[in-house]
Amino acid sequence: MSYTFQFGVIAQYQNEILAGIWMTIKLSVASIILGCAAGIVLASVRSMKPGIGRILVDAYVEIIRNTPFLVQLFIVYFGLPGMGFRVSAVTAALIGMTINLAAYSTEIIRAGIESIHKSQIEAGEALGFTKLQIYRHVIIMPAIAKVYPALCSQFVLMMLASSVCSAISTNELAASAAFIESQSYRSFEIYIVVTLIYLALALTLRGVLALAGLWLFGRRVARRTATALPEVTA
Amino acid sequence: MILRTFGFSEFGFLLSALLWTVVLTIIALSGGGVVGFLIALARTSTQKWLRIAAATYIQIIQGIPVLMILFLSYYGLSLAGLQLPPLVAAGASMTIYASGYLAEIWRGCIQSVPKPQWEASESLAMTRAQQYRYVILPQALRISLPSTVGFAVQVVKNTSITSIIGFVELARAGQLINNATFQPFRVFIAVAMLYFVVCYPLSQLSRWLERRLHARSHH
Repeated sequence: MSYTFQFGVIAQYQNEILAGIWMTIKLSVASIILGCAAGIVLASVRSMKPGIGRILVDAYVEIIRNTPFLVQLFIVYFGLPGMGFRVSAVTAALIGMTINLAAYSTEIIRAGIESIHKSQIEAGEALGFTKLQIYRHVIIMPAIAKVYPALCSQFVLMMLASSVCSAISTNELAASAAFIESQSYRSFEIYIVVTLIYLALALTLRGVLALAGLWLFGRRVARRTATALPEVTA
Repeated sequence: MILRTFGFSEFGFLLSALLWTVVLTIIALSGGGVVGFLIALARTSTQKWLRIAAATYIQIIQGIPVLMILFLSYYGLSLAGLQLPPLVAAGASMTIYASGYLAEIWRGCIQSVPKPQWEASESLAMTRAQQYRYVILPQALRISLPSTVGFAVQVVKNTSITSIIGFVELARAGQLINNATFQPFRVFIAVAMLYFVVCYPLSQLSRWLERRLHARSHH
């Protein structure tokens, strides 16, 4: 192979790369917060008595989890304008990521809620907790503590999947890479560098999430979070 | 200008593209299965350096986007002087992607075979290869079924990313039809439905296998 690698070229484009990293971080953080909040609400609705709420949440979770993220983005970005909602590429990316992550979070948190033993709730009642206190201290927090590592793996997967948003022209890191590639024709070098940046972002995000776990749930959960690899949920 | 509308022939085109999604999934799962199996063996090897190398490979693959694997193999292969059709680049990158995840899934399955099984087979003077062949792997295989089928769903969905390098599978076909008909909502809902028709039964199968596995292990 008579190819000479020229990584030096990439240095000229550091502003594009930094802007891409910043957009990826913003999209990821926003969708994690929104998606996780929606997941908690939907999983709570899901765990209440059977009824229309449960059916709707189940349908939502199954539809999102059994269709590709890319197609969901296409529907949001190209489909919504036809219904009168015009959205920018960044907004579409945020909506798509939130909708996607909300479904996975719901499924993961639901599993956590189901693992809470009935006797725990009865113990809470016996201690004179109000319904809201039981919900918060006996059900939701312990449930999230149990599934926190799986939840964090999903967050990391979402951050990595945000690269797909470049297909709808969201100017995040993968789009920066494509732009620089089109300017410099140094395809292999730029994609190596950007891949390493994604790897660093994934490891950093996992570290930050482990620290948040340490603060929220203590050492044991934090350790499991730091070592867990993305789990594949059926 | 007369626009085409999304009708039967367009739907037929989507169906033929779905075939390519299935083909790519099969390539990814068989290629990724072979590579992933070897890496799972390396990950559970008695040699420390093999374990570390396998763990590093898994960490890297699971820490980078599928899109980047795709771009690297697409441009990497052309850089090596090989002008390969998108199917080869798509197949190669989906294989690499699947191997990193399958290796980790199967490592977990191999390690969840109870330790006494290893000890008992060792005391029967089995070689390590015999232990794997007759004792460990048959048990690990059963444990691995639900999560492997579950991962197949992820592979089907992620093949859509290969549309970005121009491989005409279901998602790309949807884009092409949308360009001709400009009925994005209808077209992409149809595309999503076709993915759903493939993925939902697999998800349910995975869940059913999971339940059956649990029912058995509690007896």
